[in-house]
Amino acid sequence: MTAATTVHGAPTRAASYGSIARSRRRTLYWSYFFLAVFVVFFLTPPLYMLVTSLKSSAEISAAANPWWVERPTLENYIALLTENQFLTFFKNSALIAVCVVAVTMAIAILAAYSLSRMGFWGSATLATGVFLTYLIPDSLLFIPLFKTFAWIHDVTGIELINHWWVLILLYPTLTVPFCTWIMIGYFASIPKELDEAALIDGASYFQVLTRVFIPVALPGIIAATIFAFTVSWANFLYPLAFTTSADQLVLPAGIVTTLIKGDVFNWGQIMTGALLGAAPPLIIYAFLMDYYISGLTAGATKG
Amino acid sequence: MSEVVARDIPVAVSGARVRRRPLVRRKTLVAVGFALPLIAVIAALVVYPALYAIHLATLNKSMQHFVGLGNFAFLFKRNTFWMVVEQSIVFAVSAVIFKALVGFIVAHFVHNIPARGQRKWRGMLLIPWVIPPAMSTLAWLWLFDPSYSAFNWILAHLGLPEVAWLGNPYWARFCVILVNVWVGSPFFLIMYLAALKSVPEQLHEAAAIDGANWFQKIWYINLPMMRNIIQITALFSLIVTFANFDIVKILTQGGPVDQTHVFATWAFNWAITGNDIPAGAAVSLFMAPILAVAAFLILRNVRKRGGEA
Repeated sequence: MTAATTVHGAPTRAASYGSIARSRRRTLYWSYFFLAVFVVFFLTPPLYMLVTSLKSSAEISAAANPWWVERPTLENYIALLTENQFLTFFKNSALIAVCVVAVTMAIAILAAYSLSRMGFWGSATLATGVFLTYLIPDSLLFIPLFKTFAWIHDVTGIELINHWWVLILLYPTLTVPFCTWIMIGYFASIPKELDEAALIDGASYFQVLTRVFIPVALPGIIAATIFAFTVSWANFLYPLAFTTSADQLVLPAGIVTTLIKGDVFNWGQIMTGALLGAAPPLIIYAFLMDYYISGLTAGATKG
Repeated sequence: MSEVVARDIPVAVSGARVRRRPLVRRKTLVAVGFALPLIAVIAALVVYPALYAIHLATLNKSMQHFVGLGNFAFLFKRNTFWMVVEQSIVFAVSAVIFKALVGFIVAHFVHNIPARGQRKWRGMLLIPWVIPPAMSTLAWLWLFDPSYSAFNWILAHLGLPEVAWLGNPYWARFCVILVNVWVGSPFFLIMYLAALKSVPEQLHEAAAIDGANWFQKIWYINLPMMRNIIQITALFSLIVTFANFDIVKILTQGGPVDQTHVFATWAFNWAITGNDIPAGAAVSLFMAPILAVAAFLILRNVRKRGGEA
């Protein structure tokens, strides 16, 4: 075996075994090397958030090494977590997320059961339609919705704009189509014999759903729930357009609009707020990574 | 015993026959009932607003009377509009290409390492996708800060000149694309990794025996096997990227001098900041053609696969 064969990695017949093993090992080392490079690229912003959040404003403006903390302090965390405004954002976001998840999952599970199993005239078209509405982005919908809400105010006197709870009405535009779509995929993969047996035993359609479909498709339901939560937690456009008062804002929009005051950037607090705002999805992801990934891939591959 | 059975069966059959028609109708009724909330939400909150946007785009600023295509004629005469068109296309296309490239490359690296280590790496690589984009864009904004940029600190230590990341139009365009690639490539990574796992290992072994090198394996085996996923992921991402709002809004607010505006942020500026809802609706409608094309292609893809199944 010559050095040349190992370098080019195209084994000659005589040397095949040894050099395949060696070239595999080299591939492995290079893979680890490049993975490390990409991990650095992917994790730089969150780590930089963490580093800055531990700095005092004096240390930030001292323009020392930005990548390192000389005297770590929790003062930014204390400042934010004892401030009513930030806690209001957090509470608004959490309430909205819980309501949106509940509403979305109720609508999506019922509809997916109906569309995937029971069927009626036009149900296949409706399933395709659900998928198409998933493709309509919030940046196209917010203007007509804004105008519609203003019109509702003019006609009925119900003020919808600048209330945090209006987001509970708005977020289903983003969550319902996708969750229905992936639940249709999960339900369609359940063997027909299961629900037929339950129906013959005298179960009602609703009982088939609660006793058979929901337990069997639980992984899919968890994946869809995580998706609905993440979307309603992370959305930025709707709160920015529909809520303006400080007590009605939710987390991402709240941090951007209240902590950035004119030209004065309190970066320590902004980074702390960003990290705390990113924490709930990150914690869920840390514990339920596999469900998270299955939901991600199900959306585009099932159907 | 047999008598009982013999007597029971006809009764049961005839009972079923009598009940069959109302039973079917009841089933349809229940099915429609279950789907009704979905239909209501989609009709009221997605289909109606989407159509209403078209109507709004034909009104004058105070929304009192119909101006037909006046808003569009007004937009076409503005230089900024053509800048936004150009930037939206450059932004979306280049971001999707780079996301797909990064996702494809990293997916291969993850696939190469032993299976038990993959979970850990994948877990770390997916973090940009999990963080709300508005929050991570704030971190990028701070990394690009004009006076305290952490990147410029590194450049200064390497003896390189400082870069005005968000102050220079070209660098600002580069930055919004970079942040978008950072946020979006984990999605491609996950999709491509799932596709890679479904490529049969025998194909690679057969190719190795025939003397194929790594590039030939990727080009002649992985790419054709993953074609479907590559197409559909790119289309999905193109839609999302084309409609992107958060990154540009936070990072540059469209500046410097409107150089980085995309349709979503410019429409927001017209409708919410500038209080000209019809103009904003007109701008946002320019996202529709790309949506229609992508929807058509995805649907064709889904139907084709539905036929195979």
